[in-house]
Amino acid sequence: AAARGCGGVWRRAWQRGAGGPAPAPRGQRAAACNARGGAVPAGKSGLTPWVPVVGLEIHAQISSNSKLFSGSQVQFAAPPNSLVSFFDASLPGTLPVLNRRCVEAAVMTGLALKCSINKKSLFDRKHYFYADLPAGYQITQQRVPIAANGSLSYSLCIDNKMSQMVTKTVRIKQIQLEQDSGKSLHDDTRSQTLVDLNRAGVGLMEVVMEPDMCCGEEAAAAVRELQLILQTLGSSQAVMAEGQLRVDANVSVHRPGEHYGVRTEVKNINSIRFLAKAVDYEIQRQIEELENGGTILNETRAFDSKLGCTVPMRDKEGKQDYRFMPEPNLPPLILYDAKSLPANTNHQQVVNIDWIHERLPDLPSVKRAKLVERYGILPEHSFTLLNEDGLTEFFENVVKQTQMKPKKVIGWILNDLLSYLKQHSLTVKESPVSSFLLADLLNLLEKKEISSTAAKQVLVELWKGEGKTPLEIVKEKKLELLQDQKELEQICQAVIDGQENEVIMMVLG
Amino acid sequence: ALKGGSRFQVSAALTEGRVAPTELCQRCLSLIKSTKFLNAYITVAEETALKQAEESEKRYRRGQPLGVLDGIPIAVKDNFNTAGIETTCASNMLKGYISPYNATVVQKLLDQGAVLLGKTNLDEFAMGSGSTDGVFGPVRNPWSYSRQYKEKSVPKSHSEDEESNWVITGGSSGGSAAAVSSFTCFAALGSDTGGSTRNPAAHCGVVGLKPTYGLISRHGLIPLVNSMDVPGILTRCVDDAAVVLGSLAGHDPKDSTTIQDNFKPFELPNLTDVSKLSIGIPKEYHAPGLSSEILALWSKAADLFKNAGAKVIEVSLPHTRYSIVCYHVLCTAEVASNMARFDGLEYGHRSDMNKSTESMYAATRREGFNDVVRGRILSGNYFLLKQNYENYFIKAQKVRRLIANDFVKVFGSGVDILLTPTTLSDAVPYIEFIKEDNRTRSAQDDILTQAANMAGLPAINVPTGLSERGLPLGLQFIGQSFQEKQLLTVAKWFEKQVKFPMIQLEVKRHDHGAFQHQKSASFS
Repeated sequence: AAARGCGGVWRRAWQRGAGGPAPAPRGQRAAACNARGGAVPAGKSGLTPWVPVVGLEIHAQISSNSKLFSGSQVQFAAPPNSLVSFFDASLPGTLPVLNRRCVEAAVMTGLALKCSINKKSLFDRKHYFYADLPAGYQITQQRVPIAANGSLSYSLCIDNKMSQMVTKTVRIKQIQLEQDSGKSLHDDTRSQTLVDLNRAGVGLMEVVMEPDMCCGEEAAAAVRELQLILQTLGSSQAVMAEGQLRVDANVSVHRPGEHYGVRTEVKNINSIRFLAKAVDYEIQRQIEELENGGTILNETRAFDSKLGCTVPMRDKEGKQDYRFMPEPNLPPLILYDAKSLPANTNHQQVVNIDWIHERLPDLPSVKRAKLVERYGILPEHSFTLLNEDGLTEFFENVVKQTQMKPKKVIGWILNDLLSYLKQHSLTVKESPVSSFLLADLLNLLEKKEISSTAAKQVLVELWKGEGKTPLEIVKEKKLELLQDQKELEQICQAVIDGQENEVIMMVLG
Repeated sequence: ALKGGSRFQVSAALTEGRVAPTELCQRCLSLIKSTKFLNAYITVAEETALKQAEESEKRYRRGQPLGVLDGIPIAVKDNFNTAGIETTCASNMLKGYISPYNATVVQKLLDQGAVLLGKTNLDEFAMGSGSTDGVFGPVRNPWSYSRQYKEKSVPKSHSEDEESNWVITGGSSGGSAAAVSSFTCFAALGSDTGGSTRNPAAHCGVVGLKPTYGLISRHGLIPLVNSMDVPGILTRCVDDAAVVLGSLAGHDPKDSTTIQDNFKPFELPNLTDVSKLSIGIPKEYHAPGLSSEILALWSKAADLFKNAGAKVIEVSLPHTRYSIVCYHVLCTAEVASNMARFDGLEYGHRSDMNKSTESMYAATRREGFNDVVRGRILSGNYFLLKQNYENYFIKAQKVRRLIANDFVKVFGSGVDILLTPTTLSDAVPYIEFIKEDNRTRSAQDDILTQAANMAGLPAINVPTGLSERGLPLGLQFIGQSFQEKQLLTVAKWFEKQVKFPMIQLEVKRHDHGAFQHQKSASFS
């Protein structure tokens, strides 16, 4: 399967393009990602190109103390079945009670994604039998979701060059509130299934993105931007590794001018890197399949991260009829704005869209623009600053504490700090060098007390985290630049004096 | 300190110390024992009931009763969750199931000092109109053993007289109706989805109130149709129903479909002047199969209002005739959905079948549910299929809206209360009843009661008179949304006029053996 991934013409063109010097494929590659639905390089025939189409369904776990319809706590990695209310276990006679915090998180997210917020949305039951779905149905918003018709702008760089960034937009079809399911652990040797209901009933926002993307890299960039937005809003922690952000990709390919091809749904994608891989693999697989005279099945496939390929999911065989039905135990969800808010309302009882709108924090795109404007750094640098959790704050703290120009500081942050952290798999918060120490060091450099080579040497010492200040290290290692003319002359004289023979040889030539 | 509102007649005796709560409780428990053949109770919680009565007694001795219900023995239909006491829904699926929590209504009763005697019999998961289709066997109507019935009904022959003549209670809250009717408790909770409280109330000669949807919490009521279910109240008189309503009604944070406001308990005035009232007689309730004696009773009641000065007008609810079909679709769809949780994993019956999870589900549900439940699940899932949803479910919802709008129009035209029959006839003998299947029976028997559920309106059965066979007949008043006070006031006035006779129960002659035999025979 791994070999197959590299076998296709389209894939090869892509990789060469991304890899470096071959100019022609690179041009094609850029074209592929520049225009929405643009054609990508030809298949075997070399004549007719294929148009890949990628849409995404993203489940973001709402950051909330309690579940969507019950008072149970939400907590990652708690002992199995320790966070289960009577409702979560679907005990007969229990009823759902909507969590206000989850509604607010969905409204915030909707506003941030430029959606129109539905002042009246509805809940529905989606039925299927599964061991980790105790009620036999999931409560979701199939008919009228809480938010719809938005868009998300994201940027990606062409050919891995930070200097060539393009900004694209994907339409957001809708955002719906729904319950998460529990987790099943299959013990095949004892043919048992263990069920953990801690996650059952946790609030999710399902964000449906229209098929406006055409390659793995675009999908990855869009999801990364969404992740940053969610984290900025605090509506979801969006940590993929903890399942707080789950991405399913709908992939199809077709010839230019023709209808969209049959699509497959790729699941089991648990990192952004794998998302790009899975999508690209699936595009390639479909092109090959079609070029070899095969057909694409409307099926669900799982991404196998070890093999780097997608495989059909056996237990999802056959299309289910979910027998949707209105959830009779929840009245329509009514939201208000400043205009529609009835007088004398208890603010604890209602959700006011305008109130939330006014309090939205700066979104990543705004933050980046402000960084560029305030500090005169390059736009691509602002992306890197936001991409690492806490890096912007670190940068700004250093800038505050030093006389060095921000434009110069950014170099130290990105080239020295970040690459060290990456090498050692550390987060910004775990950095052994605080913003205070780095500012100290840069101040020594800025005051010309040390050379930039010396500064790097000091930094190497600082990484050890021994609690010494930059100045102490400089003194210890005698790295100061000499400012005194006479002293410098004396040192030179001493050197020369000690090397008389060499000096004579030099003078003689 | 007692809250506002009226009180049970027995309350006064308790407050004045003429009777002690333990004595009252014991009297009820011993009556339950002597009327065991009625099969009204599935579980009798003797021990906890006596403990609760003792606690109540202490409070009375301190002069600090919790409220109007303190010390009053009550029974609860076995589809309400009761912590520590089995909740079965008369189904194999939940036999032995002990809920960890109390339904809100149960909790409210206990918080006010009521003594919970036990859980009453019903049709499995409340699906039925006879209280004949539960796993614990049919409930017998106490009136089968009344002097009134025995005197008037002509036994076919001496030998088979009682065993073949006993009549059903109606349902599905037949156990609760029988319990109140046979004096084993002072009030009972039922549930009402299509008439399940009013129908057995009519057949057993007791008051049966179905409050407005949303007035009383459904939290803890094991649902039949969430959008129509309401806890029902069965009592011996209208005043008592008002007391129980006052102690149950109001917002429940655990049920999002309850009204936001708090409910103020009310005392029912003694109406002396009905001349300002406008009583509507819906012509569509002249349903096929309506017995002539009920029709006569209905006209007499209308005349009673007219003669007392009320305005009595014929009104039309044109869409009511579609109610049965519409209900069938909506009910089965919700049933299919609500029953999905009974898969044997978290609670309830689990089959030994262990080939696969799916085969375990199938066997569990086959073994756990009776034919009626399984039949409704099957139809409901059919109506919810993607290809059928528009044609059945959506259409039924639209028809439901039309039915509800009919009521809005009639009430908007100035009518205060509607007067209709509750049932088509008096209670039929069990052997007659089981000749038809559950679906046919339910469709016929719900016909006069169901529309109120479709529209969410409050309705009450008031026992009105006895049939030629000496069995109770009741009439129904349907009121406007959340206008329970008006509805009950009128019902109380009517109750006072008709002077429904007290049941003369003759229970001593019944021997248990014959009954046991009958019970097991009816299962096979």
